[in-house]
Amino acid sequence: MSDPNATALRTRGAVAFLTPALLLIAVFLVFPALWTLYLGLTDYRLTGIQAAYPHVIGLNNYTAALGDPAFANSLWVTLLYVLGSAVIGQAGLGFALAWIFRRWRGPARNALEVLVITAWIIPSSVVAFLWIAFLDTRQGTLNAALGNAAIPWLFSWPLLSIIVFNTWRGTAFSMLLFGGALNTLPPSHLETARLAGASSWQQLRDIALPTIRGHILTNLLLISLWTFNDFTPYLITAGGPNFATDTLPVYIFRNALINFQLGYGAAISAILLGINLVIALIYMRLLRARS
Amino acid sequence: MNAKRHVARMTVLLATAALLVTACSGSSSPPATSAPASSAGASSPAGSPITLTIAANAVVGGKSNQEAAWITNYVIPTFEKQMAAQGENVTVNFNGTGVADEQYKAQLALDLKSGSGADVFDMDGIWIGEFAQANYIKPLNQIVPAADGWDGWAQITPAVQANMSYQGQRYGIPSGTDGRFLYFNKSVFAKAGLPADWQPTSWQDILTAAQTIKSKVPGVTPLQIDAGTAMGEATTAQGFLPLLVGTGVKLYDESTQKWQGNTTQIQDVLNFYKQVYTTGLGDPQIQLAAKGRDQSFQEFSQEKIGILGESDYMWRGVINPTGGVDPMQDRNTEVGWTLMPAMTPGSGVNGQSFVSISGGGGRVLNPNTKYPKEAWALLSFMASKDAVLQYTNGQAQITQRNDVNSQILSSDPLLTFVATKVLPLTVYRPGFAVYPQVSQALQLASQEVFAGKSVSDAATEYNNTLVQLVGADHVASGS
Repeated sequence: MSDPNATALRTRGAVAFLTPALLLIAVFLVFPALWTLYLGLTDYRLTGIQAAYPHVIGLNNYTAALGDPAFANSLWVTLLYVLGSAVIGQAGLGFALAWIFRRWRGPARNALEVLVITAWIIPSSVVAFLWIAFLDTRQGTLNAALGNAAIPWLFSWPLLSIIVFNTWRGTAFSMLLFGGALNTLPPSHLETARLAGASSWQQLRDIALPTIRGHILTNLLLISLWTFNDFTPYLITAGGPNFATDTLPVYIFRNALINFQLGYGAAISAILLGINLVIALIYMRLLRARS
Repeated sequence: MNAKRHVARMTVLLATAALLVTACSGSSSPPATSAPASSAGASSPAGSPITLTIAANAVVGGKSNQEAAWITNYVIPTFEKQMAAQGENVTVNFNGTGVADEQYKAQLALDLKSGSGADVFDMDGIWIGEFAQANYIKPLNQIVPAADGWDGWAQITPAVQANMSYQGQRYGIPSGTDGRFLYFNKSVFAKAGLPADWQPTSWQDILTAAQTIKSKVPGVTPLQIDAGTAMGEATTAQGFLPLLVGTGVKLYDESTQKWQGNTTQIQDVLNFYKQVYTTGLGDPQIQLAAKGRDQSFQEFSQEKIGILGESDYMWRGVINPTGGVDPMQDRNTEVGWTLMPAMTPGSGVNGQSFVSISGGGGRVLNPNTKYPKEAWALLSFMASKDAVLQYTNGQAQITQRNDVNSQILSSDPLLTFVATKVLPLTVYRPGFAVYPQVSQALQLASQEVFAGKSVSDAATEYNNTLVQLVGADHVASGS
């Protein structure tokens, strides 16, 4: 039996504690999101007559987007980018590094972690400049290392270049997360398996992977969403050449802030939001299936 | 337990998504109706400190160094001293950037939309219409009634004033004008056996010279005519429109009130682009790269480009041995220039055999300025004879002022060439708010023809965009 006064007090306390946070979320998240949905229904522009007097044009922005081959291209490019750099690149490489070096301790491991994390913590603009310098056709470091080759990396393999770039940049997060997860494996399990004659591959498949499945899915959820919304490639390729790296965020930026079509940009943002929700739901389904 | 985790994940998710959405949609406030600045901005009493800011797409040691250095070293100290002599305590700050023009424009629009921004800022003339329609800028005489009485207007020709005007109202003081023509590298030409006084009289002459360079001077890109969306307005002003007026039409015909849609003339231009960039005469990589225009400047200065279509800006701002971004010590002997020919002799607008396109920027007052009187004093000071003379400082530059031009005209051969040969032939871009959007559609079409599309497909697609922008009644198509 709980004292009704105490319960009321607890409820009031909870409300008092939550209100500021909820207000912040309402002002900075919910309102802008709803406002974006509204803008997506208008012909609002950054300049011109539609900047002063925008009109509601219904779903025209959405039908225009769905009929725009550039939007379809952008969606496809984004999927490849997420699959290549987040799922295969960052998660794959991150897990491989964490697994291979799981028994390392001491300065060697610290050095490895520092190296990987460095790529993660340098500001985007600096990193973008480093990669432009690295991949430049005539004066690039990579071509110099290949014996004065003149391979136009960002021109001939633009999407691959930014996939490799983003893998390099983001692997640290996955590696740290997986490293932590692998540390939670009871050493006795692996020991027993080894004594029973299980190979390294069998230990990985039958013990490690099932145990940290939750970590893997959470990690995939986070990095897929981050990569989906990643804008850094724009700093390297500006979406080009000829839209080969025109991911959805770049497409939105081009339309909203280069072509000044804010209404159209808002509509695409809403579509992007929907795609993000779908990705999240799929991962959460998988997570729930586990428990 | 599960539910709690679910909520936590949903929160993370929504936060991520909403942040992205707001980041991408820019400011979320409704378009502000700005209060009339003239009533809000009473002058401060003498002696109390006033701060003014100048914004320009120029940085000392980088882009448009000449202007940035002039503002920092001359305008600010001189103006502050003049104001102090009148008993006003004015401090002027310079807010310089060095980015692509489209980025500068977006920054400007966002600043003005939120009611902030510099008091006096640089703008390209072709942006005036769309900024005026959005109520971001106002006619000068509405901000400062005294603006119409400025003695400097008499020195600025009406065509140049029109660059910074919209619907007959002056929105800013022009800071000069420019012209487009072809540059060529004389030592590349010598190696190819081409004359140092080269003067092509048709597009075919340009292509023939480029083919000669291609076969005789390996390692050099024979010809660059700006194309593609990455170059932005440079593509339209330096490439597409000079070509188009060479076919005998203007992008917008005042008499029929129609824009050029899918016409034979537009297709002729697209065919020329296709020829240049699919037969190895031009380097499509430069046109598609994120910093392609900078790359074309750099390669021209390093003798890696034979012929380049550009404006006089390159001469004074890029390859200038003193203060250029890519200085050429031997500029005056190495670099040749020649008029842009029409498609065939006599096929250009008004039956001309040679053509050009002009534009030009200027400086505008922020309608939200707290000190309109002082801001106008600064703006008009920057366009005074002394200040403009100081700006040119002996360098090649068509200024806005006739009195300055006549004084410095003969000091530089390229300046003389532009003033006497190019400007009489030139055509100004249409001063409509919708022009920048039409321009973007042209940029896209010019890129698509060498990225694989057929000329007629690219022209049809351009035509569709144009119809959406201006309505079918205002689009000319066919021949």
